[in-house]
Amino acid sequence: MSNAPVDKGRRRFLTVATSVVGGVGAVAVAVPFIASWNPSARAKNAGAPVEVNVRKAEPGQLIRVKWRGKPVWVVRRTPEMLEGLSKVEDRLRDANSEEPQQPEYAQNQYRSIKEEFFVAVGICTHLGCSPSYLENGMGDHVDGVNSGFFCPCHGSKFDVAGRVFEGVPAPLNLVVPPHYFIDDNTILVGEDKGQA
Amino acid sequence: MFKRFVEWMDARIPMTKTWNIHLAQYPAPKNFNMWYVFGFLATLVLINQILTGVWLTMNYVPSADGAFASVEFIMRDVEYGWLLRYMHSTGASAFFVVVYLHMFRGMMYGSYQKPRELIWLFGMFIFLVLMAEAFMGYLLPWGQMSYWGAQVIISLFGAIPVIGDDLTLWIRGDYVISGATLNRFFALHVIALPLVLVILVFLHIVALHEVGSNNPDGVDTKKPKGSVPDEEKPKFKFHERFTNKKDIVDSIPFYPYYIVKDMFGFGIFLFIFCYVIFFNPEMGGFFLEPPNFEPANPLKTPEHIAPVWYFTPFYAILRAVPDKLFGVILMFAAIVFLALLPWLDRGRVRSIRYRSLLHKLNLFVFAISFVVLGYLGTQPATPVATVFAQIFTFLYFAFFGLLWFYSKREKTKPVPERVTSK
Amino acid sequence: MKKLLIALVTLVPSLVFAAGPDVPLDKADVDLHDKASLQRGAQLYMNYCLGCHQLEYHRYNRTFEDIGIPQELGEKYLQFTGDKAGDLITNNMNSDSAANWFGTAVPDLTNVARVRGADWIYTYLRSFYKDESRPFGVNNAVFPNVGMPHVLEELQGLPEKTYEERMIDGEMKDVYVGLKTDGDGRLSESEYDQAMLDLTTFLVYVGEPMLLEQRRTGWFVFGFLLVFTILAWLLKKEFWKDLK
Repeated sequence: MSNAPVDKGRRRFLTVATSVVGGVGAVAVAVPFIASWNPSARAKNAGAPVEVNVRKAEPGQLIRVKWRGKPVWVVRRTPEMLEGLSKVEDRLRDANSEEPQQPEYAQNQYRSIKEEFFVAVGICTHLGCSPSYLENGMGDHVDGVNSGFFCPCHGSKFDVAGRVFEGVPAPLNLVVPPHYFIDDNTILVGEDKGQA
Repeated sequence: MFKRFVEWMDARIPMTKTWNIHLAQYPAPKNFNMWYVFGFLATLVLINQILTGVWLTMNYVPSADGAFASVEFIMRDVEYGWLLRYMHSTGASAFFVVVYLHMFRGMMYGSYQKPRELIWLFGMFIFLVLMAEAFMGYLLPWGQMSYWGAQVIISLFGAIPVIGDDLTLWIRGDYVISGATLNRFFALHVIALPLVLVILVFLHIVALHEVGSNNPDGVDTKKPKGSVPDEEKPKFKFHERFTNKKDIVDSIPFYPYYIVKDMFGFGIFLFIFCYVIFFNPEMGGFFLEPPNFEPANPLKTPEHIAPVWYFTPFYAILRAVPDKLFGVILMFAAIVFLALLPWLDRGRVRSIRYRSLLHKLNLFVFAISFVVLGYLGTQPATPVATVFAQIFTFLYFAFFGLLWFYSKREKTKPVPERVTSK
Repeated sequence: MKKLLIALVTLVPSLVFAAGPDVPLDKADVDLHDKASLQRGAQLYMNYCLGCHQLEYHRYNRTFEDIGIPQELGEKYLQFTGDKAGDLITNNMNSDSAANWFGTAVPDLTNVARVRGADWIYTYLRSFYKDESRPFGVNNAVFPNVGMPHVLEELQGLPEKTYEERMIDGEMKDVYVGLKTDGDGRLSESEYDQAMLDLTTFLVYVGEPMLLEQRRTGWFVFGFLLVFTILAWLLKKEFWKDLK
């Protein structure tokens, strides 16, 4: 055992270098463990965009489809319903849809791409119940409004563009999912146009 | 800041003290060679098995209907699932590789001898639990080999007189291997046995750190207190727990010296380990057997059933005996004799370096027998192969018998007072 | 001891060959980078095999993506069962009736390349021959008495076992020389071999769809390990200078 002088600089450099490289290795090993928690191919495919054919939808009718395990509504609104939209605006929390509850292309009075077809996730923004669609009976809940959505759980109310009324527990408008028209009669729910 | 944190901790839990006793001020003989890396590697492989195992259970379905498909789901649909699975399947074989080498190291340098009998026994229990763990884990993918391999092994218990048949029925929980068997094996594989394994590893290390490591010379590096002049003591500070009772010679602190050395060994090991994972996960059918990519079919036996390589030495011993019960007994005896080594070896000299030519030869033949039996166990039992299996089974057991005879009055070389090193 | 070693050395090869197949297998020169081959193989599989043999653990869209077929084209030309793009590659055959028709359950082929190996598949597909004694009128040299008809007969034609007269030990004997097709198929012999190589390549891909990614990751890991191990070695040497 000699007492040759120790080259401290070299020793420190090698210690740091090995530790850093080892640390990088540890992080790299963590990658598969973390990545494996992402949705699997099965989950992704189960959550794939859903096609909705609206050719046969009657005016006023609501079509319910399942997307990513959640109910998605497609409502074919009547001209009367659309006219009613502007009449209720003073009683809404977010009449101009300023909160990011919809894609940009649905940030308008109708909250939709085509005025006629309203697409929304049918989950109340309060605590996650699914509101009922009242084609004609909304007057029971909101004076002078014929149609809208009413949540039976805690009484939240939305107009036919999914906009929330004031004075109810739900804080936000209903969510409009990404969607686009493949052709005049088919809506693809779950994807923006041009994204794939 | 860091110093204050350490002080705060030390006032509440023996953090620095544990670090010092077991690493920074733990005296390890300075002459360890490359054979001494395998204990460290076994620990790391154990950690790998636990981590990847936990992650595999997140997607594995323990049922006869779902198991096989869920493994394919992991391989194909889960992000990096194939990597986690290969890490686990390769880790199983790697575990046995390092453990077998670790055990052979112990045999070469007499690490089982007094006062390390208990370390050896704990080690043998670890080996047993590891075999149970591997066997039960192999059923889980529910492939053809999983099924028929388990069938064969469980049938071994049927050889026990009187209770045999009832015992196998009880182990299976059904008249054949079924979902009931799969589920109990799953529970044992992922919860019960790993717990036992970790506890045993803990005890193995506690016992080791009590008596201290052996070394390739097999000489004591802990001399009676007061027998060593100060100038011959190492310049390192060792924990008073060790220096109070003994004079420590020829030793270095485990940290940093053996940590950095083991890191290098770990790097080399990882090259081999990662070669298998990324380039050859089946390892020519030794690590993952081709028929196991077919779902279990209780109506059709694969043409040739061989256990995974780490069981084949014992499997060959089993097949070498033409009598079912005696075969089973001999197979278990092969392990029991290993466990009894501390008492079968009556010699006082530990290391093979200073033992007789006869002992060197004996150990060499034993190692060869183990490897040849391992090979024969992978092959179909032709009449010629059976004769060879019998010969090498005899040689395997002859090792213990001979050792017992010659070790009492063995002509050994003079053992040096202190370790030799380059 | 020496005699024993000699005996052992001579014994080893015989043991190895004892486990091998009865017919020598042709080497399948599989190249997983060959996307065109994979695509042709996929087409053959979907047209000729999927009717009976599922790939029930693998998905259409993953397949198309991995072998370089645009999703729309794949769905249009390779998906016949009305399944969705993300579905597993299954068929609608009832396994009980299949067992009735063929005398055995029709195996799933997702992992067949891992169970049998590429060479086996390649040789098997080219080893059907005429045998009137079998229910489907064909037998297979690699898998004797297999319960499968020669589905690819329209491509290959129907091969027969051919014999040649040769002089052996002073006697003329018929010696089996191999299979010879009657030439009624749409493909020539070399075209058929290529098609079967394509099909084999596709099955190798389906068996281990992650294989190319796995190899690529492996090289990265090796590169990393090289750096780590060299550093660890230098570090070890540096610290162990204390002990010299």
